[in-house]
Amino acid sequence: MRTTVSWGALPVLTLCVLLGPVAAGLWGTLLPAFGHLPAAGQTGPTLAPFADLLAWPGLARSVWLSVFTGLTATALSLGITILIVAGWWGTRPFVWVQRALSPLLSVPHAAAALGLAFLIAPSGWIGRAVSPALTGWDRPPDWLIINDPLGLSLIAGLVAKEVPFLLLMTLAALGQADPTRSLRVAQALGYGKVTGWIRCVLPRVYAQIRLPVFVVLVFGMSVVDVALILGPSTPPTLSVQIVRWMNDPDLARRLTAAAAALLQLGLVAGALGLWCAGERLAAWIGVRAIARGGRGRGERALRGVGLSMGLVGAAAVLGGLAGLIVWSFAGFWGFPDALPDGFTLRNWSRQAMALKGAAADTALIALAAVTLAIVLVVGCLEAEHRRGRTLTQRGLVLLYLPLLVPQTAFLPGIQTLLLSAGAQTGAGPVILAHLVFVLPYVFLSLADPWRAWDARHGRVAAALGAGPGRVLWRVRLPMLLRPVLTALAVGIAVSVGQYLPTLLIGGGRIATLTTEAVALASGGDRRAIGVFAVAQTGAALVPFAAALAIPALVWRNRRGLHG
Amino acid sequence: MADGLILHEVAIARDDTPLIALDRTVGPGDVLTVMGPSGVGKSTLLAAITGTLPPGFSLSGKIWLDGHDITRAPPHRRRVGILFQDDLLFPHMSVAQNLGFGLRPGGTARDRTRLIDLGLMDIGLEGFGDRDPATLSGGQKARVALMRMLLSDPCALLLDEAFSGLDAALRIQMRALVFDRARARRLPVLMVTHDEEDAQAAGGAVIRLG
Repeated sequence: MRTTVSWGALPVLTLCVLLGPVAAGLWGTLLPAFGHLPAAGQTGPTLAPFADLLAWPGLARSVWLSVFTGLTATALSLGITILIVAGWWGTRPFVWVQRALSPLLSVPHAAAALGLAFLIAPSGWIGRAVSPALTGWDRPPDWLIINDPLGLSLIAGLVAKEVPFLLLMTLAALGQADPTRSLRVAQALGYGKVTGWIRCVLPRVYAQIRLPVFVVLVFGMSVVDVALILGPSTPPTLSVQIVRWMNDPDLARRLTAAAAALLQLGLVAGALGLWCAGERLAAWIGVRAIARGGRGRGERALRGVGLSMGLVGAAAVLGGLAGLIVWSFAGFWGFPDALPDGFTLRNWSRQAMALKGAAADTALIALAAVTLAIVLVVGCLEAEHRRGRTLTQRGLVLLYLPLLVPQTAFLPGIQTLLLSAGAQTGAGPVILAHLVFVLPYVFLSLADPWRAWDARHGRVAAALGAGPGRVLWRVRLPMLLRPVLTALAVGIAVSVGQYLPTLLIGGGRIATLTTEAVALASGGDRRAIGVFAVAQTGAALVPFAAALAIPALVWRNRRGLHG
Repeated sequence: MADGLILHEVAIARDDTPLIALDRTVGPGDVLTVMGPSGVGKSTLLAAITGTLPPGFSLSGKIWLDGHDITRAPPHRRRVGILFQDDLLFPHMSVAQNLGFGLRPGGTARDRTRLIDLGLMDIGLEGFGDRDPATLSGGQKARVALMRMLLSDPCALLLDEAFSGLDAALRIQMRALVFDRARARRLPVLMVTHDEEDAQAAGGAVIRLG
């Protein structure tokens, strides 16, 4: 009986690890928002922080920017994802799309944003490629393409990274939706491919990817690193302004930041509400369209739009990465030359010291967070298996919750709490903060393959006299080596990409490849930016390569495991 | 209590709906065949005996094996061997490692290797120890699965459509092999199947469900 109790405790512990920091952070935001911050000599309650916030002249613009960029990026990402899958499911181009997915996903947001900036800035690669032949430029014009006041390049950067994520989630959902037969029926009834897919398959699939879409919306509205790199700066999005206030040497500014964080929470809730209303509207329009029975027009154009948008997005991420690599090895590179005069290792050796320190911190935090995450996730899944109870829909929402609360709403609160408690900021709290974001992704990555394992192997092993522990260690984990390593790689990529938790919880004392790359972004040293962004991408990418290579090597003589 | 497998007033219900009820004794070396269409709870009966009933099912009555009450024993302490339609060899282990996983603990490394080699010889697969199970033929896999189960020294044998996945010639061979070994070791055998030929080859009592 004892073992049953302890296995039941694991999911509870996991939920505490996930939700504890979120709840504590929100509490730590709530208090200073109402003027209570003893560390800064302030005691509340008072509404003064909100008055200060309202007095900030940039407020209306920055609120509008957050909502506009978040909603637009999400709608575009979802639209492109749907067009790609609806138009190209089961075709050869779709196989290419699937192949490109993993590398696109593993490029961290910050590196993708920096790469995009290197492409589309007036002095970027695209500008150089067409200059002076087409433009007549012999020096870059003073155009605000990145950091444009409408946030368009911010939207572009978000869309390029979110389409692969939504594609992956859609592909996972399609596994259960039986699209092939539905589509065959729809096409036999005279519906075009895209129209048939949207009317027959999408409603089922969308129900499955709804939470990931919400995650994209919340992330888009509250992201800091991408907005710092690509977004407008006077005023910036609300999230960026919150971080500016948090980093202000004047501690009283933290009260304004807390009030803004609560506003951010409200904005996100409002945007989610708006999105849900949009869902209803879309469903209503869809039902009417189905009732009218139109067979769809402009199929070819829709398919073309979907694929070309997808290609442009992939090219932006991969081309940007190539640009970062070239810059990191560039010698003298005058405008408008398409390539540098020469290549050198000097940029790397010049950054070697800083790079080594940042890489060590990145690795320490990622490995610690991912180790904790995999232990908790395997524990939860094993508890689920042994107790014969799978996660309910409500449990799934709890798992997604840390991704549905804007980072800027609760991370400042954790920092404030740590500060008030006199606790040292350092690696420990940063690891726990990373764990909050790493754990859901590790769980989502491992849960399906874990549950798909043929449990009769366990029954046979038990009949042969193996206890539950031996079944887990000797049979289940080795058989699931590949998905376990993939989940580890996903977790490492998530941890490597974290900017705000490292910055805020580390109190500026923890420098990872990501915080360094983003810090360099505001300066103009493209070679240094290239070095750190390439290193950051490598740190996220290498584990994926290992997750492919290790099982292939360990099980090279085991054909039954090469699925 | 007597030797053999005793199902004493065993009844299985799913969410309080009665599913299957049985009160039988399978003596050492005897075979009891349970027949019926799919969905009548044949495999559930076997799951109750191996101790792996899914949640939502409840069991009443007693299961005795060689004088021990195993009704509530954990699956790995019951000493009930089971063969499924699929061989379910562990894909990450070699043939010898699969057999070693089944072999009861104890003995020196050399003894264990010898027992595994003898087992391989016994099923005509001498020298196959280092092979990847995925490279074996269907009949070879079935024999390895049988030997893996026998090496664990079970006190009873359950067959869950164990011969359905094999082609006709192989099925006759495997039936002979399994029933011979079970008789030689005086194991009580409980077989669920939908194949009349299985029942005839077993030669024991037959229960028809559904």
